[in-house]
Amino acid sequence: MTQARERAHALRDRFIAAGAQLVKPPILQPADLLLDLYGEDIRARAYVTSDALRGEQMLRPDFTVPVVQMHMANGADPARYTYAGKVFRRQEDDPDRANEYLQVGYELFDGTDPAAADAEVFALIADAVSPLNLRAATGDIGILMAAVDGLDTSERRKAALRRHIWRPRRFRALLDRFSGRSPVPETRAALLAGKAATDAPLTGLRRQSEIDARIAALQADAAEPPLSGAQMDSLDALLNVRETLPFALAQMHTLCADLPALRPAVKRIDARAEALSARGIDVDNLEFEASFGRTSMEYYDGFVFGFYAEQRPDLPPVASGGRYDALTRRLGQGQEIPAVGAVIRPGLMDELEGTA
Amino acid sequence: MIKLGVPSKGRLMDKTFQWFEKRGVTLMRTGSDREYAGAVEGIDGVALVLLSAGEVPRELAAGRIHLGVTGTDLIHDKLPLWEQQVEPMAEMGFGHADLVLAVPKAWIDVDLTDDLDAAAAAFRAAHGFRLRIATKYHRLVRDFLRDAGVADYALVDSQGATEGTVANETAEAIADITSSGDTLRANHLKILSDGLILASQATLWRSRVAEVTDADRAVLATLLDRLGAD
Repeated sequence: MTQARERAHALRDRFIAAGAQLVKPPILQPADLLLDLYGEDIRARAYVTSDALRGEQMLRPDFTVPVVQMHMANGADPARYTYAGKVFRRQEDDPDRANEYLQVGYELFDGTDPAAADAEVFALIADAVSPLNLRAATGDIGILMAAVDGLDTSERRKAALRRHIWRPRRFRALLDRFSGRSPVPETRAALLAGKAATDAPLTGLRRQSEIDARIAALQADAAEPPLSGAQMDSLDALLNVRETLPFALAQMHTLCADLPALRPAVKRIDARAEALSARGIDVDNLEFEASFGRTSMEYYDGFVFGFYAEQRPDLPPVASGGRYDALTRRLGQGQEIPAVGAVIRPGLMDELEGTA
Repeated sequence: MIKLGVPSKGRLMDKTFQWFEKRGVTLMRTGSDREYAGAVEGIDGVALVLLSAGEVPRELAAGRIHLGVTGTDLIHDKLPLWEQQVEPMAEMGFGHADLVLAVPKAWIDVDLTDDLDAAAAAFRAAHGFRLRIATKYHRLVRDFLRDAGVADYALVDSQGATEGTVANETAEAIADITSSGDTLRANHLKILSDGLILASQATLWRSRVAEVTDADRAVLATLLDRLGAD
């Protein structure tokens, strides 16, 4: 047995001792579900194969989706799961990144006390990697969502912003447009002035009614006042929060004055800080970064965290995790079970200890 | 022996032969019309390898040919980190083709990738599946759309007659190579204003990984000098 595998089993046993049930999802996963969840980007990151009978399959790029599916189908609430096995990630840009590696995970489904659940998972992972003296980074996608929800603007604009929370550049471009900081493109102005016409026949599935609906939406949007300077400033300030947790919380409480909708989300972070502290985490020195986790996979929608080796900025996080309530909603066909989970990469732990 | 890979048929082969001829190197096919064998005159130590243009990137990256002629589009699409594997030696001035993103001309509400993204979100909500873009350049198109921040689309593979997929309702938009734009127009499609994914032309490439002896090195230097490509 290799070193990394021995370590994976030890971590898995540690999670079993913490109350988790061992699960073993299949390596081959139906591709359509993953594609539906993640979109085309997943094809750049996962290996796709196929047969005539089952169609497209993916070599599992992570365990979370199959574990959630399994839980939604027949799990009891609350439930804790662990798994240890390989995941496969297609690499197109960096030949030094592994395309298959071990992951050990812990997933907790429990809706009664989200702050306590977040703290349980974080503390368990922090403890497992503690000998390596890693830097922990934390964030909260929920506070960004709350900030967007609280803007004084149309529901359509909010929906567009929510959709691009995970694409920071695009999110910024939308904000610039909604606040009037970037000019209206010429072709858009012509369209709004009713000067865009065509004699071309309409081909394809997208119907004339859909084109008309979008033009009507654009016209409604053009009549919408720009986002206020004060709200934009508060949003920028929020996106730039990067402090130890107590200072970050103080800043976010201040921002609630201009963005009152932040209040419930900030209170959730308060509660989490208390729960973490109760688990023995040194929250006074824990980093909080409001923009953390925005470029990773789209399913995290609350607490997010990662553990990094400061001397090895070339390495991906040794452990990472977060809350994914929305994913359980998507996979649960209406029912939702709040869930939080995390994974550790034992191979990276070996590498950092110089034993790989 | 320096191995030179060139496209084995059609206009691309003819133009390539002319380009070398102008520079004092004669490439020719030998044997019957159907036999893929060739010869080089005007310089010693160079062997001609006739290949499909689509296979040239792979052969260069594997080091099985030292030089190869193929389009920028194929190199960029087929070779990740292409800069590390091949080096462009000369742009040959023909085979101009742009990889572009095109949508039905009747979509007067869509002119920028920004519009495409919004239309894709609405399309997915209305139809229950992602807006489909037909292409054979999966990697280039995906990277381009990621940079442009377009979501809610799916690529569908199309190895030919891509412009027809929209009318056939197997895709809502396309990403394909165009030189004059005639085929796009004939199929009632328009290029997005910011939809140029890659401007491509026939290019002479050198493999960075092919093994060369001292004698090969000398031949390569002479050849590239003759071609004005050193």
